[in-house]
Amino acid sequence: MKSIVKLSRRQFLQRTGISSAGLLLGTSIPGKALGAVLDTAAGSQLNLFVSIDESGLVEIIAHRSEMGTGIRTSLPQVVADEMEANWDRVKVIQGLANADYGSQNTDGSRSVRDFYQVMRQMGATARTLLEQAAASIWGVPVSECRAREHQVFHDSGRSLDYAQLASHAARLPLPDLTTLRLKPASDFRYIGTAIPMVDLADMVSGSATYGIDVALPGMLYASIERSPVMGGRPKTYNDKAARDSTGVVDVIEITGSQVPAFNPIAGIAVIANNTWAALQGRAKLQPQWESSAHQDYDSKVALQELAAAVKSSGEVVRQRGDTTGALAVGTRRLEAVYTTPFLAHAPMEPPVATARVDASSCEIWACTQTPQVTQREVARALGLPPAAVTVHVTLLGGGFGRKSKPDFAIEAALLARGTGRPVQVCWSREDDIRHDYFHACSAQYFSASFDNTGTVNALLARAAAPSIGSVFGSSDNLLSHGELGQGFASMPFATPNLQIERVPAPAHMRIGWLRSVYNIPFAFGVGSFVDELAHAAGREPASFWLDLIGPDRELDFTSEGFKFSNYGRSLTDYPWSTARLKGVINALTNSLPWGEELPAGQGWGLSAHRSFLSYVAVASKVEVIDGKLSVLEMHCVIDCGTVVNPDRLHSQLEGALIFGLSLALMGEISFAGGVSEQSNFHDYPVARIGQTPAHIQTHIVTSNAPPAGVGEPGVPPVAPSIANAIFAASGQRLRQLPLNRYLRV
Amino acid sequence: MQLIINEQSYEIDADPEMPLLWALRDLLGLRGTKFGCGKGLCGACTVHLDGAARRACQTPLAAAQGSRITTIEGLAAGADHPLQQAWQAHNVPQCGYCQPGQIMSASALLQQNPKPSDTDIDRAMAGNICRCGTYPRIRAAIKQAAGLTNEPAATVAHYVPEADNP
Repeated sequence: MKSIVKLSRRQFLQRTGISSAGLLLGTSIPGKALGAVLDTAAGSQLNLFVSIDESGLVEIIAHRSEMGTGIRTSLPQVVADEMEANWDRVKVIQGLANADYGSQNTDGSRSVRDFYQVMRQMGATARTLLEQAAASIWGVPVSECRAREHQVFHDSGRSLDYAQLASHAARLPLPDLTTLRLKPASDFRYIGTAIPMVDLADMVSGSATYGIDVALPGMLYASIERSPVMGGRPKTYNDKAARDSTGVVDVIEITGSQVPAFNPIAGIAVIANNTWAALQGRAKLQPQWESSAHQDYDSKVALQELAAAVKSSGEVVRQRGDTTGALAVGTRRLEAVYTTPFLAHAPMEPPVATARVDASSCEIWACTQTPQVTQREVARALGLPPAAVTVHVTLLGGGFGRKSKPDFAIEAALLARGTGRPVQVCWSREDDIRHDYFHACSAQYFSASFDNTGTVNALLARAAAPSIGSVFGSSDNLLSHGELGQGFASMPFATPNLQIERVPAPAHMRIGWLRSVYNIPFAFGVGSFVDELAHAAGREPASFWLDLIGPDRELDFTSEGFKFSNYGRSLTDYPWSTARLKGVINALTNSLPWGEELPAGQGWGLSAHRSFLSYVAVASKVEVIDGKLSVLEMHCVIDCGTVVNPDRLHSQLEGALIFGLSLALMGEISFAGGVSEQSNFHDYPVARIGQTPAHIQTHIVTSNAPPAGVGEPGVPPVAPSIANAIFAASGQRLRQLPLNRYLRV
Repeated sequence: MQLIINEQSYEIDADPEMPLLWALRDLLGLRGTKFGCGKGLCGACTVHLDGAARRACQTPLAAAQGSRITTIEGLAAGADHPLQQAWQAHNVPQCGYCQPGQIMSASALLQQNPKPSDTDIDRAMAGNICRCGTYPRIRAAIKQAAGLTNEPAATVAHYVPEADNP
């Protein structure tokens, strides 16, 4: 049941901490079942706020976190469009953590798709009230009144500014949602346009406030020495040496947890008057650690074991026909094993949070992707009711999924309580890379056979990777259906026989979601193997992809035994359309000289992948000369349905291409003795400007389909497109990431 | 000790070994200069010392004394340096965190080399990491500020398929 509610000023203050007279508006719609592991029933209602003050300034709440996608601009621009507000008289305010907003979990590339319609309703409701207010003031029918650019005009030519209408509009009954008129797309003023980010000037002047920039009177700074191995805890350390260090105020031990979840890691916090003093004090701790069950983990050995394990039968999760039988009698058989390493998020701003705690309440300032989860988990850690915890969301200096986990906010809260003063916990880069929620490594096995017409008649695929469920206490060591549905068990091929299996893989570190998550390894395996099949069949790869995908249809997996979560949406609303995947492949090859004759050592490669409900194809042109790889060009096409802000979409695609290039070429976290062998950018390299192709081209398919994901879908097809291009350029088939194992990058 | 920052004199009492980065941020409230790695590897902390790009996390206060220090806050009055204008024209930032460091490195480059080649740009900016992938737009903005070109960062297009949309 949909309804719109008016807020009292007190309620508005509770949600934003700002005061405003004039029209205060909220809307409440039922939430949807959300696929992510930790969404709870608390997110079942959505309330959004538009306020207009006496000067006519329209304040729009941004309730999703800004980590570079531009969401603080995109969703407000939808509201402003529908309410006919002049963007120059709009101010965006970040919402606090509040379940009334609905989900604030800014992950899964779903901010626009989950809130586009709601924002339109918000704006349209405000516009309707303003028109009704004008009609009432003039004593004319509302049908003769039309809102346009911050004013309501009457057919006679009279007009009133929103400033003059707001307080009257606030007294009117709310309009019926079922008769609410939304703008036709042809009338859009802002939706679909490249409005610059609201924070652009601040970012460029250096005045933007990130989590690390929060400063409170009397604030202390903490640096934490954490157990290097998961499950370890402090045995001995030199408390006195740390305390005697200049500027150190306190040393506090932090207890770890049996189940990692979002809990802090066991460690020793050194708290001081400034960050440098805390780091210096921490360096004097000389800690020794209790032993842990995970201290023998060696990822090189483990990956070899997984690569061997996937060659043997696993548990079937999807099945069509008789794959093992068909493979046995197939004319030609092709097999391959692919491995991908652990990855670290490494956002430019490391995890950092600030807390102020007193006997009955707590205030958090954090660069968090999940303010409500932060509120809930901090409350739990302090033994307070969630309503007693206020969470302020700053700008995020990058997230990529790391800042969805509120462990760093809990650390700040515990230390603020322990010292009785506000405390900022800032993770060093070494902390960030050594204690990440790592992106899982993987091993994948593929086996296929051709019939005597050269068609693939059977395809078997097996995957092993540590599951994110391990962090929450799951011990079956199996990828969940949700994880397998990120492009592995959900692969779209029309082979008459298809079988997908999973093989166990234990976790000896915290595993988390990193920008496009399991789509990264699965797109690499699937996209590389399709290319291998094409070449084995002597076929041009793009047309081979189209044939392998098969006829236009909407995929259904249930008849084949696989529970496909479809990123939390129904297949009715967001079908898996093979036509749209083939569409982006065709658009891509049409957009560039695909199949051109290239000089020796150069080659094109392509791959395509559906993730977060969007369809993306990527083509890379590389040069391999004397063992040196250069990526010369990258092109991508996305079909993501309706687009709110095309410039932010293009920037996300440019960014995803470079993020994908970085992990493909050089991304690797390895473990020895249970500890990450990498710690900073000297041994965990990431792409720099010189490694970025000179030519990048991004295309958007024009579509009226419901909006789909933007932040993540550009990443998965990148690594296989580069590996496929390397094969075309050099004849080398590279099956293990990162590519700098084989080539200089 | 005395520090000259953005043409202002500051008196602070601090460990001479403290990196300039933390003095700027924690002691002086100049937080435009960012922390990214603490080891001089990422460039987020880039400032100018006597006009030359330096990593503030690798510059102890003792070494910064006596130099004219410029931070992002002092690059241009009204934050309207040609690079800052070009950064806005090209909508360069995504998360924005690395951008003060990028702009400081770029401004030092253009001071020393007003018409840099593509190779010059890649070399000068190699020390500044951007995890969001804004490098193509950084290149374009530097070129625009240098008066070299007005081309967009990356070619963008809307593809309209022949068949009707779903």
